[in-house]
Amino acid sequence: MSTTLEDYAAPNPISRNRSGIIGRAVDRYEGPLKVTGTAPYAYEVATPAPPIYGVVIGAEIATGRVSGVDDAAARASPGVHLVWHAFDPPSGQAETGARSYVGSQAAAKPVFATPDIAFFGQPVAFVAADTLENAQAAADLIRVRYEATPGEFVFDPAKAEPVPNDEARTGDFEAAFERAPVQLDLTYTTPIQNHCQMEPCATTAWWEGDELVVHTSVQMLKPPQHLLAETLQIHRSKVRVLSRYIGGGFGGKGSTYEDLELAALAARDLQAPVKIALTRQQMFLATVHRPATVQRVRLGADRAGRLSAFALQATTHCAKHSPFIERAANFSRALYAAPNRLTGHFLQRVDFPVASAMRAPGEASGMLSLECAMDELAELLGLDPIELRIRNEPDAHPETGAPHSARQLVECMTDGAKRFGWDKRNPRPGQVRNGEWLVGMGMAAAIRGNFLLPAKAAIRVESDGRVIVRQGMTDIGTGSYTIIAQITAETMGVPLEQVVVEIGDSGFAPAPGSGGQFGAASAGSAVYETGMVMRKTLAGMAAGDPASPLYGAPVEEIDFRDGLITASNKSETLASLVSRLAPAGVEVEGDSMPVAASRSFSQHAYGAHFVEVGVNIVSGEVRLRRMLGAFACGRILNAKTARSQITGGMIWGVGAALSESNAIDPRYGSLINQDLGGYLAPVHADIVDLDAYFLPEVDDKANPLGIKGVGEVGICGAGAAVANAVYNACGARIRDYPITPDKVLPFLPELV
Amino acid sequence: MRPFSYTRASSAAEAARAAAEQPGARFLAGGTNLLDLMKLEIEHPAHVIDIGRLPLGDIAPAEGGLRIGAMATASEVAADARVRRDYPVLAQALLASGSPQLRNKATTGGNLIQRTRCPYFYDTAKPCNKREPGAGCAALGGLGRMSAILGWSEACIATHPSDMAVALSALDAVVETVTPDGGARAIPIDELHRLPGEHPEHETNLRPGELITAVILPPPPKGRQGYRKVRDRAAYAGGLASVAVAGDALALGCVALKPWRARRAEAALKAGAPPLAAADVELADAKGHGGADFKIHLTRRLITAALLERGA
Amino acid sequence: MATPPAGAPSVSIRLTVNGTSRALDLDVRTTLLDALRERLNLKGAKKGCDHGQCGACTVLVNGLRINACLSLAVMHDGDEVTTIEGIGLPDNLAPLQRAFLDRDAFQCGYCTPGQICSAAGLLDEAVRGWPSAATGDLTAPVTLTDAEIRERMSGNICRCSAYPQILDAIRDVAGPAS
Repeated sequence: MSTTLEDYAAPNPISRNRSGIIGRAVDRYEGPLKVTGTAPYAYEVATPAPPIYGVVIGAEIATGRVSGVDDAAARASPGVHLVWHAFDPPSGQAETGARSYVGSQAAAKPVFATPDIAFFGQPVAFVAADTLENAQAAADLIRVRYEATPGEFVFDPAKAEPVPNDEARTGDFEAAFERAPVQLDLTYTTPIQNHCQMEPCATTAWWEGDELVVHTSVQMLKPPQHLLAETLQIHRSKVRVLSRYIGGGFGGKGSTYEDLELAALAARDLQAPVKIALTRQQMFLATVHRPATVQRVRLGADRAGRLSAFALQATTHCAKHSPFIERAANFSRALYAAPNRLTGHFLQRVDFPVASAMRAPGEASGMLSLECAMDELAELLGLDPIELRIRNEPDAHPETGAPHSARQLVECMTDGAKRFGWDKRNPRPGQVRNGEWLVGMGMAAAIRGNFLLPAKAAIRVESDGRVIVRQGMTDIGTGSYTIIAQITAETMGVPLEQVVVEIGDSGFAPAPGSGGQFGAASAGSAVYETGMVMRKTLAGMAAGDPASPLYGAPVEEIDFRDGLITASNKSETLASLVSRLAPAGVEVEGDSMPVAASRSFSQHAYGAHFVEVGVNIVSGEVRLRRMLGAFACGRILNAKTARSQITGGMIWGVGAALSESNAIDPRYGSLINQDLGGYLAPVHADIVDLDAYFLPEVDDKANPLGIKGVGEVGICGAGAAVANAVYNACGARIRDYPITPDKVLPFLPELV
Repeated sequence: MRPFSYTRASSAAEAARAAAEQPGARFLAGGTNLLDLMKLEIEHPAHVIDIGRLPLGDIAPAEGGLRIGAMATASEVAADARVRRDYPVLAQALLASGSPQLRNKATTGGNLIQRTRCPYFYDTAKPCNKREPGAGCAALGGLGRMSAILGWSEACIATHPSDMAVALSALDAVVETVTPDGGARAIPIDELHRLPGEHPEHETNLRPGELITAVILPPPPKGRQGYRKVRDRAAYAGGLASVAVAGDALALGCVALKPWRARRAEAALKAGAPPLAAADVELADAKGHGGADFKIHLTRRLITAALLERGA
Repeated sequence: MATPPAGAPSVSIRLTVNGTSRALDLDVRTTLLDALRERLNLKGAKKGCDHGQCGACTVLVNGLRINACLSLAVMHDGDEVTTIEGIGLPDNLAPLQRAFLDRDAFQCGYCTPGQICSAAGLLDEAVRGWPSAATGDLTAPVTLTDAEIRERMSGNICRCSAYPQILDAIRDVAGPAS
């Protein structure tokens, strides 16, 4: 196992890449299933008996309690098997927060444990029936009575409190800002955003004797496994959570919802498989969202554009009962040099639904402010925005002084500018017109922290030579299946076709799952390490077996390539070795632990966005014309899936800039947009001529693979580049996202 | 969905009679609006009368114009060569609405009587006079950006979502119906929908059981035609405002609970007013209730741009 | 309002699904989407929103793409339905499916069957000469420019946002625009 940075940097099968599998644009491993609709998602798995259908009912008030439930009509409704609510909850649940088992990663979360209501849409009742139609009809017959109490339904930064132990100061920001010859003090706001994964959260559960089998749609397997164990009071060894195909996560399936517990509990009660999917409306109301932010950016610079004072303070909100901080300022601690710095967060606890992580939590919101403020500063100084950023490029982490691991931000900006044709931009806004459209260009930097978490994996070589890798990892569309296959094949020196990948099962060697851009590095490093263990194991077997042509060869000289195990000029196939010595197969487990020294480097993925938009001179509609991203994210494992991750993130940035928005109606405490017709994620027609590419890079401080995450850096700064392009097109500085026609209109000239 | 009886109508007259005889009956054509609302328990018909296979889908010349059968889908109408040539404003309006999948299903008759997309109408936890007369209007004082600026009342500030109806208004179309007694009516498009007044639950002037069988387009107007819809994203989204131009006629969408024929502006133009002044005349009484205030300014620009383009 | 009938009336219908005639007795409230997924075990058509706002449920009925979620199964008695499974299976991918795989035109895969069915419908609609909002001259023949493909695919949301790749995949099958 790699234990030092020297191990990371040493040549290994991945860095040698003799088969060229690493980096290749390999088709998605599970792709044939997905393009034929035959990949079974959680609601679609085959059940051992016909399933019972569950329907969840949400609260129609935001604060107060359920005072009673009239459920007689529902119970009498055709096909109904059970009805649950706070006055008739499922039996056999532990108390809220209980932890009965040593080593649990989650506490008990019983359903309907109390009649109290903490947010609008909170599940308050549940119906299970023989068909979906009967369950839905019965759900409509349930009359929930409420006692509403007043709640706090307004996000008011004035009421926010500083997050404890959070503020970061370097130098004397206030004094430096006051002295600065050029000052900017700007406030930006971003709205609530919703994940809108295409697959609603869903769970299918059944019992096999005393073992609970749960197929659900989650990003991480351990928390739901442990949550169910604690809630149902059974040991986690009796809970198997599977999540083989996941219709999008984006952070929202890093949490679990009541479909999980209810399916397991109902399956226990009814002695039958039970499946539950949240409705699209419930996905909005009863899961999590990215909270709104109000961000104050202060930049103090000299006339040459060198920042002397920098501050980003972000205010956000979270649910009273579920603390969460959208750390919108954190990224900025590492981005630009300035000797005097202030960053921090303020939080208001309100009676909103639960705020939580959504793709690039922190950066996605925070870069919408700073990267526009930099554009404003560049304009004020008469500098090109790229030049301004180059003048503030730090040699090391601006706060900690930690050296960069691999940082090609400047290269992303300059190379991307060349490819995009940035030199064609007229820095004066409102100068380029194409028919009814005012055309403008904008750019922004991208940065996203890189992380590595401990992980394990198991690899098995069968007697037929197949290499089976098993890991409690998930693939939420990120490409985990594919890169795990590639890493395994290259490490083991076998063709890709010889590798079988099985993930999404809590019974497999644990990996941290998908989130925070850590998935590929964490799971992939463990797969690599396990491959190295397998190589050592097989080499030892061959060298020690008189029947092997490699008998007696020094183990360290034994190599794996072209599906062969070789030394000198002698070789045999994995199949011949394993079938001869271990007909039942050879299995090893391996693991990867982050090397502590790695964290003494400032580690981030970087990029630069370039955008051209048109602003309609009549309507104020903003439409993308083209967009290019240049990125440096360490070694790229798969040119195809990595590009897709990045372009997907960029499009999220376009949505954040132009159309995605939600808000709480302060009279009711409920979200105004509750479906995909009201909450506008980008559609095909919004995305014109958008591409991304990677600069060559290896980050040998990050992990033994030299890779960095690509799942989130694409969104970081993307929306700011759009906003900057809007300004360049028409002179409208909109600091309140999204940039919808109503906000642009006042900046447009009268029509004559 | 609550249980309902399902019957497939064998003729338009029979469908109308059955609907009139069975309170709580609804016609089901394409289903794209009714089923959406039934799933949310906003509509809960006791009886569903499927008119989807009635032979009412023909598009045929009529009296110098065109007769579009009520069951013709949005796709079929938009693709019709005569519509494309002679009534491009209609084709454009249809193509600006919904999605290809919805347009392949949504019918001409259903399009006319589709219900508002007001978010408070859709959220059954909120008071809405359309859903529950007398309950109140949550949209008043709410967060809506899509609410009406013209013709609203204190009981309802919703808008009609149809793009097609706006084009039909500009084209002076006539809606043909069959009544439960087997008779027929011809209703000018501008008299089909009602403004909310005290009773926003009464959305059209159709009588109980009355079934739309066709839309009659008069001979194509002289002069330019065009439809423009403004929206937050480039496709598959409700409009913030829209304008239809057909010769001298001008109609507005997304501004009221019915397609809004801009007769004041038309009259002002006839009297020689410049485009901007004509727009101001039309919008003199407009009010936006906060969130939709911008729609006044937006609509003013749309009217002006449309008139400038028309060369008024 | 009259009292609704007690219980849920059952109806017998026949659908031709992917070329095979299938008889079904079902609750009249069953949508075409739920009939396919829950009764016929064809889970390729997905339920993303159940309200015609995402396109994940897109199937072809009598050759035309529709949202299967906004249709009752009973409305389609006698109709021909093609789902993603009828377009091609893993060992026999159709050109569109192959192109989606080649171009990485999906990530999580949940909207993908709808995208592919929609693309199949799009290609047919273009052959029929149907216009779209991206069609400049409504009286001219339709050319599938990139703008046309994007507009015509806009009824299918992909939250992973594989839009550029989906355009490339459809372009591969549609051929060049000119």
